[in-house]
Amino acid sequence: MIETYVLPVLKILVLLNAVLVSVTFMTLLERKVIAWVQVRLGPMRVGPHGALQPIADAIKLLLKEDITPARADRWVFTLAPIVSMVPALIAFAVIPFDRDVTFFGYRVPLFIADINVGLLYIVSVTAIGVYGIILAGYASNSKFPLLAGLRASAQLISYEIAITMMLVSIVIMAGTLSMVGIVDAQYRAGVWYVFLQPVAFVILFIGGLAETNRAPFDLPEAEQELTGGFHTEYSGMRFALFFLAEYANMIVVSAVAATLFFGGWLRPFPNVPALWLLGYVPGWVWFLLKTFVFLYIFIWIRATLPRYRYDQLMRLGWKVLIPLAIANLVVTAILKVLL
Amino acid sequence: MLESLVFYSLAAFILGFGVLVVTARNTVHCVLFLVANFLCVAVVYVMLAAEFLAVIQILVYAGGIVVLYLFVVMLVSLRRAPDTPPDTRRQSQLGFILSAVMLAEMSAILMYSAARPSSAVASAPAPAGGGNTEMIGMLLYSDYLVPFELASMLLLVAMVGAILLARKDV
Amino acid sequence: MTAVTPITPYHYLVLAAALFTIGLIGVMVRRNIIVVLMSIELMLNAVNINLVAFSYQLRDGAGQVFAIFVVAVAAAEAAVGLGIILAFYRNKETVNIDEMDIMRW
Repeated sequence: MIETYVLPVLKILVLLNAVLVSVTFMTLLERKVIAWVQVRLGPMRVGPHGALQPIADAIKLLLKEDITPARADRWVFTLAPIVSMVPALIAFAVIPFDRDVTFFGYRVPLFIADINVGLLYIVSVTAIGVYGIILAGYASNSKFPLLAGLRASAQLISYEIAITMMLVSIVIMAGTLSMVGIVDAQYRAGVWYVFLQPVAFVILFIGGLAETNRAPFDLPEAEQELTGGFHTEYSGMRFALFFLAEYANMIVVSAVAATLFFGGWLRPFPNVPALWLLGYVPGWVWFLLKTFVFLYIFIWIRATLPRYRYDQLMRLGWKVLIPLAIANLVVTAILKVLL
Repeated sequence: MLESLVFYSLAAFILGFGVLVVTARNTVHCVLFLVANFLCVAVVYVMLAAEFLAVIQILVYAGGIVVLYLFVVMLVSLRRAPDTPPDTRRQSQLGFILSAVMLAEMSAILMYSAARPSSAVASAPAPAGGGNTEMIGMLLYSDYLVPFELASMLLLVAMVGAILLARKDV
Repeated sequence: MTAVTPITPYHYLVLAAALFTIGLIGVMVRRNIIVVLMSIELMLNAVNINLVAFSYQLRDGAGQVFAIFVVAVAAAEAAVGLGIILAFYRNKETVNIDEMDIMRW
């Protein structure tokens, strides 16, 4: 009774709160890191060293006037940010933070569900997230957002193909689609998959940058291009939902990279007994550390690289990443059979 | 009890969204109701212990095919001709009558087979170890290998054909 | 609370039959060709529900494999069908099937 009903609800509440708080504070992290890269200080006014800036931003966005364009499709206009946010949040249901933790005498597994098609579940809810962008572009009843929405969604579905093919090579190595199973397979193999599949990791990272509309692939939403892209007509809390959805997607991609390639909750060198001191650090701490490193790299790349033009972006997705992913898949399959 | 509740509410959603797909005026709304329909059908697959097919349904159908429909709807409605009055040669009542006949036929078959006790139900062997995905993988690569390869050829031909058809001849 | 009848595969078959009929009405009554194609997708989904219900009842994986092939074929058909619609729209600028009544112009 407790295990089937109360524990999952508690886990969902904790996870949702944690995700929403972290995406709001990620806005601050991004502004601070980009500022430090550019030799300035970033937000410093609100709170000590600007630490309460996200709260000020949230209050501002909540109190802004809620404008709907004339003759826009009201239902779809309201639906688009929701369709963008919900898949980003429900993808967290299968991400394992640790195998289990003993809590008041109960063994609590630190994931909400371990379905045996977990990896494919994450890919499919990411595919649903594309609808938010198309619908936002359509519902604004204006030419710039419509074209920007179509461009952004074309970019997203192109990079989805490369990511899905790359994930198949990971599945070939692990033998299972379940996320917990993949971490277990890395434990049995004794080495993180990033050392066995470096090409796949690079493809996941670049594809993840493109999937979340992050720089250098953020042409559809840059302010200098197409006057703000698909969210031009959005203001207030709906605009905030789009951006929170983007940051939540970033966290999902970082968590997936940490789970698939960097061992999830395993410590470095998980099978070497000489490093038993590292075993005192709980598994979920390692996981959060790895995810945070990837988030930092996302922000670092945004501060450093210039933006890709749209045709260069599509050429990279179709003509470079997809053949690379297919080649990686074929080589992995051949080596798996031979070895 | 819970299963009945879930099934009946899912059935209501599926049929309701289906009716809305067929009757909505705005084509974009039709597409959105179609997506909702597909997501509910994916939940039906999970109830029938076919979780791999459920995820494939969301990934391919709701996340690929319907996105294609949405793209075409938006490209087509950029310049829209005014709505013409219905063609006088069209006889919609005949469509309803034919559909009713089809529904009566299917109901007759279902009631006929429900009245006879089926014998081949519980005697089938339990599936082999491993989950749903492993079983489908084994079947696809052993018993159904030729259809699998043919399906991939079909998808390749369709891809080339769609690109050729939709390309502007410049 | 009175006991409800348990959900047998027949319930799924009835659901699939009803969904098929709704799709059939859509194909025969609507004039917009994109809605006609979407109604065909509804019919294919009804068939898939049927296949998976039988696969569940007979504990044979062949039903689910067949359903996967139906999904693949539906994807191919949607792509080619929409390509045809786009090519037609470029020539005649209509998506009303009552106006698509000549073979060449």
